[in-house]
Amino acid sequence: MRAFTQHRGLVAPMDRSNVDTDMIIPKQFLKSIKRTGFGPNLFDELRYLDEGKPDQDCSQRPINPDFVLNQDRYKNASVLLARSNFGCGSSREHAPWALDDYGFRVIIAPSFADIFYNNCFKNGLLPIVLEGKVVDQLFREAEAEEGYQLAVDLEAKTVTTPSGESFGFDVDDFRRHCLLNGLDDIGVTLEDADLIKTYEDSRRKTAPWLFGAGH
Amino acid sequence: MAGKTLYDKLWDDHLVKQRDDGSALIYIDRQLLHEVTSPQAFEGLRIAGRKPWRLDANLATPDHNVPTTDRARGIDGIVDPVSRIQVETLDKNCDEFGILEFKIMDQRQGIVHVIGPEQGATLPGMSIVCGDSHTSTHGAFGCLAHGIGTSEVEHVLATQCLVQQKMKNMLVKVTGKLGAGVTGKDVVLAIIGKIGTAGGTGYAIEFGGEAIQSLSMEGRMTICNMSIEAGARVGMVAVDDTTIEYVRNRPFSPTGEAWDAAVDYWRTLHSDDDAAFDKVVELNGADIQPQVSWGTSPEMVAGIGGHVPDPAKEADPIKREGIVRALKYMGLAPNQAITDIKLDRVFIGSCTNSRIEDLREAAAVVKGRKVSPSLKQAMVVPGSGLVKAQAEQEGLDRIFIEAGLEWRDPGCSMCLAMNADKLGQGEHCASTSNRNFEGRQGFGGRTHLVSPAMAAAAAVSGHFVDVRELTH
Repeated sequence: MRAFTQHRGLVAPMDRSNVDTDMIIPKQFLKSIKRTGFGPNLFDELRYLDEGKPDQDCSQRPINPDFVLNQDRYKNASVLLARSNFGCGSSREHAPWALDDYGFRVIIAPSFADIFYNNCFKNGLLPIVLEGKVVDQLFREAEAEEGYQLAVDLEAKTVTTPSGESFGFDVDDFRRHCLLNGLDDIGVTLEDADLIKTYEDSRRKTAPWLFGAGH
Repeated sequence: MAGKTLYDKLWDDHLVKQRDDGSALIYIDRQLLHEVTSPQAFEGLRIAGRKPWRLDANLATPDHNVPTTDRARGIDGIVDPVSRIQVETLDKNCDEFGILEFKIMDQRQGIVHVIGPEQGATLPGMSIVCGDSHTSTHGAFGCLAHGIGTSEVEHVLATQCLVQQKMKNMLVKVTGKLGAGVTGKDVVLAIIGKIGTAGGTGYAIEFGGEAIQSLSMEGRMTICNMSIEAGARVGMVAVDDTTIEYVRNRPFSPTGEAWDAAVDYWRTLHSDDDAAFDKVVELNGADIQPQVSWGTSPEMVAGIGGHVPDPAKEADPIKREGIVRALKYMGLAPNQAITDIKLDRVFIGSCTNSRIEDLREAAAVVKGRKVSPSLKQAMVVPGSGLVKAQAEQEGLDRIFIEAGLEWRDPGCSMCLAMNADKLGQGEHCASTSNRNFEGRQGFGGRTHLVSPAMAAAAAVSGHFVDVRELTH
């Protein structure tokens, strides 16, 4: 996995709560058996005016000029500023894959849906929870100032505005450790293979119906 | 010391390692696999040169992409080449790694969350995962069941464990008796309407109280299924006689002495009387009316006697904007009566409501009636080949067909429209599925979430109607 330590990037404010994973990447694009190539279809139904189809050349499609990512000032944004309950709905990891493929590295919101939040960390994408009033402030600043950038430091757990104002955020230690070091967490878990086997042996004795025939 | 909740017990029984940083390794007894969220996981195993840790813990079936017509042709019946590749990839992966799969032509094929319980592959006390957020369904059996992403599918295949942080405990208690015509679907929609789509975020929810205990396993599965629509990855109901009778004599269920030992253990799977919950929400079951969603989030629901809300009366600006946007998308007016919403299509199916009891409830409403001529389509999609066979044995298929509904083959179908079954732009659908997000059932489609009985009542009326007026 790609490591994440620090990032500074242009902020795109998406002023809408309860953005669901169907909205982030609609179902017709889930038919791919790859992890890449979802970027052109990120937010497909908001971004384009027509119905998107897999394997289509999106450069020729009619775009929705009102959608935030279609505005010139937010071109090449890598920090998505969002509202509460971002990523609710389906468990599709295609949602973080699409955000990543588009070029986002950080998503900031007052709250995230659990499965989406977890999926981000598996893909080198950092979801940051900040207080609602701080997010409100960042929305105001990002909308007011063209070229508004935020600097994120995962080691220090801070988000810093262009004026130097800094906000701390929480992230659990295991996820932070994996992300800082770009660790494959399967490899980390397999370091405990003996413990897993010991658990299995004991469980086989106490709950034998969970093993063997029919399983 | 306070007693343990059901979630605490399930957590403790599956804890392999508690790490100092707060994360834990949780052992997984069962992984269900389908074609959409598994290909990249199998590919990851291949690239890393890893093998599945325990083959017999896995069970696979294609469900999202399978057509619901022309199934005699098997995989050749999948018209969309991209869908077809995905189903073929699941077959290839399961064959290569040696994982049991109910393939498209197998009568046991169906929606993962229907076939697990049907086979006894879902047993009380198990930890269960699947790359699908509606895995919470299995919590109806007193299981610890999580929806996971594809990286975690790969992680569980490779290690038989999931890295988790323990969640908080929430009890949703539904007291009293449900009225006639009020189902598990109405209960869960009312719960989501009350606590909101983020109300359960960070919690494992246990559903309890007299109204929940009185439900069948099908009703409990419907409720746990939609825990995720309340924001909770995990939803559970304590084990009781109803649970144990449901799993008795299923193909994967234990027998003989192992059965007796299992039942002894299963009887312990309930929260202790003195267990402490971080949050308790209480609803009176007798107050719950048949529900209809009017908006684009599952929390946007109203009772059948109610009205579409007026955004002008909403004080919170973000919520107000959400209502305005939803009404625009849904083509509805503020204060419009729910019964005035006209429908184009009706869909009875999905992992929420495609089990035999759901089909019986819908059939009881349409029996002797006809689908309204104003509808373009009304379809019934059973949850599995075995549900379909059972329904046909009971003559439910004849009732549906005579009333003018289409009787289809099993799969996820129009719940998320990855196959050919979808809504046209602007069409309103009474749907027994679980999500009413924009575009969920087709580009520009408008979904209204309801119970099977309410969907059936809407089918014969052409608009929403209180099913109790038709049946009582």
